[in-house]
Amino acid sequence: MVVRTQVNGERREAEVWPGSSLLTYLRDGLGLYGSKNACEQGECGSCSVWLDGALVCSCLVLAAQAHDREVRTVEALNDGQRLHAVQQAFIDAGAVQCGFCTPGFVVSVADLLGRDPNPGPVTIKEALSGNLCRCTGYQKILDAVNLAASRLKAAT
Amino acid sequence: MDVLLPRSLDEALALKARRPDAMPIAGGTDVMVDVNFGRLRPPAFLDLGRVPELATIRQENGQVFLGAGVTYAAIVTGLTAFRPLVQASRSVGSPQIRNRGTVGGNLGTGSPAGDALPVLAAYDAEVVLRSQARGERSLRWDAFLTGPKKTAIAADELILGTRWHRSRGPGSFSKIGTRNAMVIAVAGLCLVMDEDARRVRVALGSVGPTIIRATDAETQVSAAMDQAGVWQDPTITLANEIVDEFARLVASAARPLDDVRGTAAYRRHVCAVLARRSLAWALEGRRRPAWL
Repeated sequence: MVVRTQVNGERREAEVWPGSSLLTYLRDGLGLYGSKNACEQGECGSCSVWLDGALVCSCLVLAAQAHDREVRTVEALNDGQRLHAVQQAFIDAGAVQCGFCTPGFVVSVADLLGRDPNPGPVTIKEALSGNLCRCTGYQKILDAVNLAASRLKAAT
Repeated sequence: MDVLLPRSLDEALALKARRPDAMPIAGGTDVMVDVNFGRLRPPAFLDLGRVPELATIRQENGQVFLGAGVTYAAIVTGLTAFRPLVQASRSVGSPQIRNRGTVGGNLGTGSPAGDALPVLAAYDAEVVLRSQARGERSLRWDAFLTGPKKTAIAADELILGTRWHRSRGPGSFSKIGTRNAMVIAVAGLCLVMDEDARRVRVALGSVGPTIIRATDAETQVSAAMDQAGVWQDPTITLANEIVDEFARLVASAARPLDDVRGTAAYRRHVCAVLARRSLAWALEGRRRPAWL
């Protein structure tokens, strides 16, 4: 079936098997490989995207459920010139080890800071509880969140 | 495989009547796992995500109606007066899962580990179903949940939501698992005190083939509170023996199995611990009646 969506501000469409997830549609249908495919059961958060503005695991959305809806992926975070503050903070804090979980974390952190520019440690941990880093580099990820929050605050 | 995308309840019911083999999907947080792992290949999907009637919460005549399509994230922000339900909702999965998962999904899946289900059982909730051919019917939660992942829904019906009487009193939901997020409960417990009926209600999840109400424990502790005068005077302390007996009766109501998440013996122990804690929280809550 042909699934038509608005992805990162552009009208896109691709033909997929009707049982495909939104993640498969994004990766195999549209060639957007930023969202990662790992657990396929909503456990790891590597495939996190926004669907109509809500943070979701794209592996648990039926592609057809996103038909005529708005999807925003990690690819939309940089403006073509500069990285998003969260992406830059991940680099500067050394919050990337193997890097596989990074796009999902970056999306979840951007979602959090969009809702709460000044999150405390407990809020951060709850907001990131759906993202797993198998390299277990959590401390530097938490450092990156605080760095991004302070830079975003300084910029406004 | 077809995907049906109704935009109203009438359209959804008409499609379900024509295609009773269609698998309803809302948040997809259960259904898609089985699809991704090749365990589920329904002839058709019926997407309920665009049916506005299912995403409603209504409070009228002392009753609450919670639509099947309301997400756990929406419950956390929208039903703050119902603390046990909010606590259960916030313990579901992760932010990503709570943004998608719905109470209708917990009911439709019918797993004894569905976090919202012990709360609905403690609320004595009913499940509202509708078909195009026979209209609406309501089943008490225990008539709806008939076994592990088995429910009384007919092939042409959809779950509209769940309804319960709003009662006065403290309550809580607690669950035990290996971490605070992304956990399928080893055991879950909801305790509600109904001040007007002078009744304590306790429901258990993940410790039997379906949700279990600890009715012997409910009767014992409700009567003991009556006898000691605790209902009238919340400052009176309940004797230790009564609390011990309550915990023992709650644990003996469980019908747990050994599985990968825990042994039956551990689950029984957890039930006693959660029962004792929940009772203490509720009694303490009655001394500081913020719920009034």
